[in-house]
Amino acid sequence: MRKVWDIHGGIHPAENKQQSLQSPIQAAGIPPQLILPLAQHIGAPASPIISVGDRVLKGQMIAEAKGFVSAPVHAPSSGTVVAIEPRLIPHPSGMSGNCIVIDTDGQDEWVKHSGVEDFRSLSKIDLIDRIRQAGIAGMGGAGFPSAVKLSTRDDKPIETLILNGTECEPYITADDILMRERAAEIIAGAEILRHLIRPSKETLIGVEDNKPEGIAALQKAAEGTGIEIVPFPTKYPSGGEKQLIQILTGKEVPAGGLPADTGIVCQNIGTATAIYRAVCFGEPLISRITTITGEACSQPRNYEVLLGTPVQFLLDQSGFNKDNCIRLVMGGPMMGYTLQDTAVPIVKTSNCVLAPSVAELPPPPPAQACIRCGMCAEVCPVSLLPQQMYWFSRAQEHEKLEEHKLFDCIECGACSYVCPSNIPLVQYYRASKAEIRQAQQDKIKAERSKERFEARTARLEQEEAEKEAKRAARLKAAKDKAAAAASNPDSGKADLIQAAIERSKAKKADAADPAHDAIARAQAKREGKVEEESPAAKTERLQLLIASAERRLTSAREKLALAKEQGGENVEAFATAVIKTEDKLTALQKEIAEHQASLTTAPSKNEEADPAQAAIARAMAKRAGNSTDESDEDKTQRLQNLVATTEKRLAAAQQKLSMAQEQNDANVPAFATGVEKTQNKLDAVKRELAEHLAALSAKPSSASEAPANSDDPVQAAIERAKAARSAQANMSDEDKLKQSIASLENRIARTQEKLQAAQASGDDKAEILADSIAKLEDKLASAKQQLG
Amino acid sequence: MGFLKVSSPHAHGPMSTASVMRLVLLATLPGMLALTWFFGFGTIINVLWASVTALAFEAMALRWRKRPIGFYLNDYSALVTAFLLGIALPPAAPFWLIMIGTGFGILICKQLYGGMGYNPFNPAMAAYVMLLISFPVEMTTWMAPKGSFAGDLLGPIDALRYCFGFGREAIDAITMATPLDVLKQNNALLIDDLWSQSPQFGQLAGKGWEWANAGFLLGGAYLIYRRIFTWHAPLSMLAVLTLMSLLFYDGGSSASGGSPFFHLFSGATMLGAFFIVTDPVTSAVSNRGRLIYGALIGLLIYIIRVWGNYPDAVAFSVLLMNFAAPFIDHFTQPRTYGHKTKGAEK
Repeated sequence: MRKVWDIHGGIHPAENKQQSLQSPIQAAGIPPQLILPLAQHIGAPASPIISVGDRVLKGQMIAEAKGFVSAPVHAPSSGTVVAIEPRLIPHPSGMSGNCIVIDTDGQDEWVKHSGVEDFRSLSKIDLIDRIRQAGIAGMGGAGFPSAVKLSTRDDKPIETLILNGTECEPYITADDILMRERAAEIIAGAEILRHLIRPSKETLIGVEDNKPEGIAALQKAAEGTGIEIVPFPTKYPSGGEKQLIQILTGKEVPAGGLPADTGIVCQNIGTATAIYRAVCFGEPLISRITTITGEACSQPRNYEVLLGTPVQFLLDQSGFNKDNCIRLVMGGPMMGYTLQDTAVPIVKTSNCVLAPSVAELPPPPPAQACIRCGMCAEVCPVSLLPQQMYWFSRAQEHEKLEEHKLFDCIECGACSYVCPSNIPLVQYYRASKAEIRQAQQDKIKAERSKERFEARTARLEQEEAEKEAKRAARLKAAKDKAAAAASNPDSGKADLIQAAIERSKAKKADAADPAHDAIARAQAKREGKVEEESPAAKTERLQLLIASAERRLTSAREKLALAKEQGGENVEAFATAVIKTEDKLTALQKEIAEHQASLTTAPSKNEEADPAQAAIARAMAKRAGNSTDESDEDKTQRLQNLVATTEKRLAAAQQKLSMAQEQNDANVPAFATGVEKTQNKLDAVKRELAEHLAALSAKPSSASEAPANSDDPVQAAIERAKAARSAQANMSDEDKLKQSIASLENRIARTQEKLQAAQASGDDKAEILADSIAKLEDKLASAKQQLG
Repeated sequence: MGFLKVSSPHAHGPMSTASVMRLVLLATLPGMLALTWFFGFGTIINVLWASVTALAFEAMALRWRKRPIGFYLNDYSALVTAFLLGIALPPAAPFWLIMIGTGFGILICKQLYGGMGYNPFNPAMAAYVMLLISFPVEMTTWMAPKGSFAGDLLGPIDALRYCFGFGREAIDAITMATPLDVLKQNNALLIDDLWSQSPQFGQLAGKGWEWANAGFLLGGAYLIYRRIFTWHAPLSMLAVLTLMSLLFYDGGSSASGGSPFFHLFSGATMLGAFFIVTDPVTSAVSNRGRLIYGALIGLLIYIIRVWGNYPDAVAFSVLLMNFAAPFIDHFTQPRTYGHKTKGAEK
């Protein structure tokens, strides 16, 4: 006898295995309809590669693996794909998931397939690829894609290959009967696995000693192969991967690690036979053995079931008595989950459907207070302190829970089984695990939004400081000018020059000096300290430069005019200054024109890569009042604003002029020119506004509904969302919720319309749309809940 | 359709809190019978009256707390408190003493803390200590064991009369110091001389006491066999008590602390080891923690018995260690599967 180790704790619940072992495996037959969930395994759901209406053959791949940790799905029988839509799937929450629905034609016509004569001739990569293409996922219950598990790394050599034939859960006999009837296939699969993994030490098949027939059959089939069958004392939960490894090797899989870390790979015996059928016959995983048992079934037994077969189809064959059954369990009585509906299909991981009578598994009695008896700690297979964790769970002491290794709990249910107070301990742990995961995610989210908020505050402060500095500079300049004018109204050019020097000094002292800024920016850029300037920021900066150049030009021209009139010696210098400034202005205008041209082309390129970025850039450009694709409303608003400010400026200029005329000021001509210019500009702007309004009334519907860039629905949507968000900022929470509910309802209605259209035209977008409706409805429900 | 939506596990073991408590009550019977055989019916009257009052107090508290009375009375936890207190009190203790005891235990030590499962102190022991401190005379009036005096043992009718205060003066005729007390007061005689001169002593320890302790040992062994509790706490307590009495036996001199047999089979040793120390609510939770918990109780019992002011010490020791249980728990977290170190990892 080989030495076996013991695991801590464990329980001996009534086995109830004999009932379903009275008759041999029976083919369940072909149901009229097969429902194949796209996610029957751990990892990314498969992606359909057929369309509604297609005829599919038995064994044909109908959905391909999406990503590394994923598995394809195959048609279990020939027929027609009638739908790809969400259906109820076997899941603890009773939720729906995308399924391919096939109406079978009863012909059971195989797709062309072939196996290999000698699997030893295949390379490791080819073998793993065959297993992957066959859609094999762990059939013991977890459903981890086998190809992934078998892709062992060379730097982690495997010592021991373990096949798990423990089946420690009460009632389930799928593996037991497989051992009894198909031991040779298990051994053949084990040989393939052994060839693939090349364990340096041994290949073991662990079986609990309550299956003597299975052990005998395996031992007979394994004769001469070197594969060792290891029986060990029956105890729940010996069949957990980590527990079986401990029992057979005495090693523990390190917390957070994989069996491969200790040189072990573990596979279920059902998976081994599936691998054998896939490699040697080219048959993908399209059926499995499932136990139908429980006192509510008059003929409990094991069936060879096509994947996708509705549970009801199996119950009908087993003499199911609905009246005597209040709960239907997928899996065993210790770790199985309840089904809400018998329409759910059998999937790759469904080893048992348990239909107990009321007396057999009565409804749970009300929980009593914990008396700290410690029986739970006695039976815990991973040596936790379940009752301590129960108290911490109730008090939501997450830190304490993690200290007590909550996440090492395998949810085997042994603690709840023995609890004399009927406390649903495992349920508390599940809830706490979910809470902790949620809290971790919330924390990450909160940190991100804190960073965002801080960045925004800093930006706003900087903007405010810049504005304030400019304002102060303007105020000072105006005061200086007024003081100069008052003290010496007829002062000559000397005073004017003095004033100009002071202004320029003041400007230099000003931190927000654009020249300084530009130098600092240039330096920073050279040193690679800052990111590339965004287009919007560039536009803004250029505009600022243009504005200041224009101001300088005006003042230079005034000075020139003044100097000419007075015949001063500086005329020439002033003229040069005017020319220089004009040159600079032209250069800047050219640059901004170029930049804008690049902006209008750039977004179309960026949109694909990052529509959000483009939208933000546009919005910023719009704020700067210079967007090429600004909306009609925005344009109207801007023009109106412009008219108003120009009118103000005109009034101010006229006032100055009349004052100058009264005082017989030398500047009268300059003021007069200013008034005239402003008048011209006002006229131009008014004209533009009138034109724009005329154009608007010509296309009234598009003006308010769709923004100018309605040809791009994605952008339009982003713009709408932005507008909504900025509107929300000023609302109360309740209003926000109400608004978002209204908008969600709106979106759902629209998406449903699209969905109907897509379904009518058989478009493959339908599934995506259906998905997004589901998501929207989820959001709507949570928003409504929040609202109360 | 409408199937039940419940989470796993769906199967449940046969044990319930009520059945655990019933087994504990059953296991007290051998010891209780031995007490009755040697000291008369006083203990049975104690237990009966304690049960009636404890259930009444429990029902009252549940009513005040607006809890379902039937549901909670059915867990038998109040009865366990009543049994343990009734056994610990001197036979035919006055009715008011018992009532104060159960009232204090149930109302203050249990229900005020939130009822079953939430009490930090063992209610029976807390009540015992309160009574011992408040009513030392009544609490130290023990019956003389059968065969150590001329008169008849206390019959059921007399026990009932004495309990409720009728003719209680007569009780003095049949009371005697307990062996633990005799040993404590001794400072002149060798152990062997003391043994032969005092009528209280029997084969190994006190007359009657040794049989009562054997009875509780039997009940405790049964409970361990039925896996109601583990062997860790009781065995470690008894082991440390044995060790201490061996160390300080002093060859049976007049300064001897008494032999290991004497300590193991005297006073409330076995009752304490198997029915008090094992009280799950107030003890340590891990097996390693229980070893420490039990050992420290054993140590305290010996220290208080031999060098303290009170002849017996189980109640004091248990209460002191009830304080320490959460700390022991903190430092004795077991090593979880796949982890290298015990307890919390920093």
